[in-house]
Amino acid sequence: MVPTRGGTARARGGRWTLPVLLVLVLSGAVRPVVAAAPAPGAVKVGIVTFLSGAAAAPFGIPARNAAEVLVDELNAGRVPAPYNKVGINGVPIRTVVVDEAGGADKQVAEFRRLILDERVDLVIGYISSADCLAVAPVAEELRALLVMFDCGTNQIFEERRYRYVFRTHGHQILDNVGAARYVLRQKSAVATIAGINQNYAWGQDSWTTFRDSMRKLKADVRVLAEQFPRLFAGEYSAELSALLAARPDVIHTSFWGGDLESFLIQGLPRGIYAQSLLVLTTGDTVLPRLGRDMPPGVVIGARGPHGALAPDVPLNRWFKQAYTARFGTRPVYPSYHMSQALLGVKAAYEKAAARGGWPTKEQLIAAFEGLTFETPSGTIRMALGGGHQAVEPVAYGVTGRYNTALKEFELTRVITFPAECVNPPEGVKSADWIAQGFPGARCP
Amino acid sequence: MNTATVIAVDGVVFASWLFLVSVGLTLIYGVLRILNIAHGSFYALGAYTGAVLVLRYVEGDRWPPGSLAMLGLAAVLVGAVIGPAVERGVLRRIYGREQVLQLLVTFALFLIFEDAVKLIWGPSPYYAYRPYAMLGQVTIGAVAYSRYSLVLAGTALLAGVCLWTLVNRSRFGRLLVAVIHDPEISAALGVNLPRVHALAFSLGTTLAALGGAFTAPMISVVPGIAVEVIVVAFAVVVVGGLGSLEGAAVGALLIGLVRSAAVHLFPAVELFTIYVVMAAVLLVRPQGLFARGEARRI
Repeated sequence: MVPTRGGTARARGGRWTLPVLLVLVLSGAVRPVVAAAPAPGAVKVGIVTFLSGAAAAPFGIPARNAAEVLVDELNAGRVPAPYNKVGINGVPIRTVVVDEAGGADKQVAEFRRLILDERVDLVIGYISSADCLAVAPVAEELRALLVMFDCGTNQIFEERRYRYVFRTHGHQILDNVGAARYVLRQKSAVATIAGINQNYAWGQDSWTTFRDSMRKLKADVRVLAEQFPRLFAGEYSAELSALLAARPDVIHTSFWGGDLESFLIQGLPRGIYAQSLLVLTTGDTVLPRLGRDMPPGVVIGARGPHGALAPDVPLNRWFKQAYTARFGTRPVYPSYHMSQALLGVKAAYEKAAARGGWPTKEQLIAAFEGLTFETPSGTIRMALGGGHQAVEPVAYGVTGRYNTALKEFELTRVITFPAECVNPPEGVKSADWIAQGFPGARCP
Repeated sequence: MNTATVIAVDGVVFASWLFLVSVGLTLIYGVLRILNIAHGSFYALGAYTGAVLVLRYVEGDRWPPGSLAMLGLAAVLVGAVIGPAVERGVLRRIYGREQVLQLLVTFALFLIFEDAVKLIWGPSPYYAYRPYAMLGQVTIGAVAYSRYSLVLAGTALLAGVCLWTLVNRSRFGRLLVAVIHDPEISAALGVNLPRVHALAFSLGTTLAALGGAFTAPMISVVPGIAVEVIVVAFAVVVVGGLGSLEGAAVGALLIGLVRSAAVHLFPAVELFTIYVVMAAVLLVRPQGLFARGEARRI
């Protein structure tokens, strides 16, 4: 079809419209008119953590407590900078707390209920790796925002990509690579190691990572015993005998909660700490519980720079004080993980809102990806999994002097390994990274 | 030789624990013909009561070995208070009913006790490890053991011998045997059936609580310990033959030794040992090792 003259003239006139408009927009003279969404009455957050069962007391409840104190203080505008804005960008936070007990199927159903019936804006949840693995695809399917706060499996973002799922703490690789590096700094002559870990994914993965990292860092290390008692076994007499008989230089355990405490209660009177260097990757939680009965010289981890190993920064001093004032005991590492999730969400919302108007879900995701934000544990970077998986440093220390005021052992010879030292680079699977001898690792 | 000694000692220590936590279950089944799923709850109640009594006791800076007596006291308290209450209040109504109903009722009891434990003692763990730590260690086969393990083994042995004597050498034992074999004729002959039932159930409860109380110093006492114990207790009594005291002892020893050998020699298979022993025994003797043949009524 031949264009009419009039039509050609309009086209000729339109030739300048787009570049002129572009210049005006870029110079800031004209702002494109986008209807800014009004701020909602509240940001509704689903919080899922163990409130019953064996994981409740050592993990679930301290995490719930952290959420409680943080949300109250955020809503009151009492959290120090950079979080001194009330709630999230002036909007109060409301929580719906759900018990994580009951298994993965139940959690999938609960997640759907939170999103579809409770209409929460996002869910912060999950201590169990099995629950994280089950719920993440459902979040993707429902296009619902999920921020995982404590589960340890490295599979989530190494096996597939997620758009709606974030994890604001490091995965188990940093615990065990960090433990191996720490052990060799403390005891370079280590020749033999042994492990006692729970017989399920967490225990097996933790031990494999530690064992392989030790062998990679020191080729002549020999494994003398690998014990895998069942989860919540509670009685470890025979396993302790096997470890005592093997006499390894180092004993590694990723036991947590009641199992760790039972293991120590039974092992300490039998002198296991005197014979071998004990490495407890989740040991932070037992320090305030066992008090004076912990022996000196035990390697303690906190799955990152948390709890007794958290940095002395204003945000941490405030968090410890606020938490202790309310609950009469100091926060342990799951409390710190919860604070990372909540503060990460707040930072992402406020970064997205800084562009004007209340952010859409897509804008929030864009702001969250690759975000760097401050927490009581220091600066967290969303550096892996396409900006959805956080990396963080890991700290280890050894029990030293008993502090009568704190009623727990102080940690000495603390070493903090930076995130680049104990996390694989983006796009590299953890197992491959260890097998290849930690390429790209930058350690002090 | 050294490894064999260590395996034997570990096996016996674990077997003692298994016997303590399971013998009450087999006794109750033997007399009342009820598979008591709430058995684990009585274990938990014993553990909590024991832990609380020990913590109170050591607070007062009293004579340390007295804390062991607190554990025994806890078992007697649970057995004497909760046992008769449950038997009179609940179980009496379901004697002779279908087994599935009995299972459901004891399962309901188990769930109620789970919540009751949380309501009374909260979700935080209790550590009452002073009795465990105070006794020091003893070296057997170049491996240091806590002397408490020997106390545990001694307690199991004592409980076993007392129970055997009670059942086989006392008047109450003869009444029990009579009731087991024919409750109706026993009642007709003047045996006070409700009293025998109440006593037998309370005795089973006391034994479960004794197992819990003597375990308390070795573990962190937390909600959820009941369910852990019920599985192993069932495994032991099924291997030994439901209702047999000797069976519980031999079943515990068999599982204890096999598990201990697995831990020392093939740790990767430790998880399955209980089930392997159970499957192997049931293949050969489906009724368990010591189950008595039952006379069929015409």
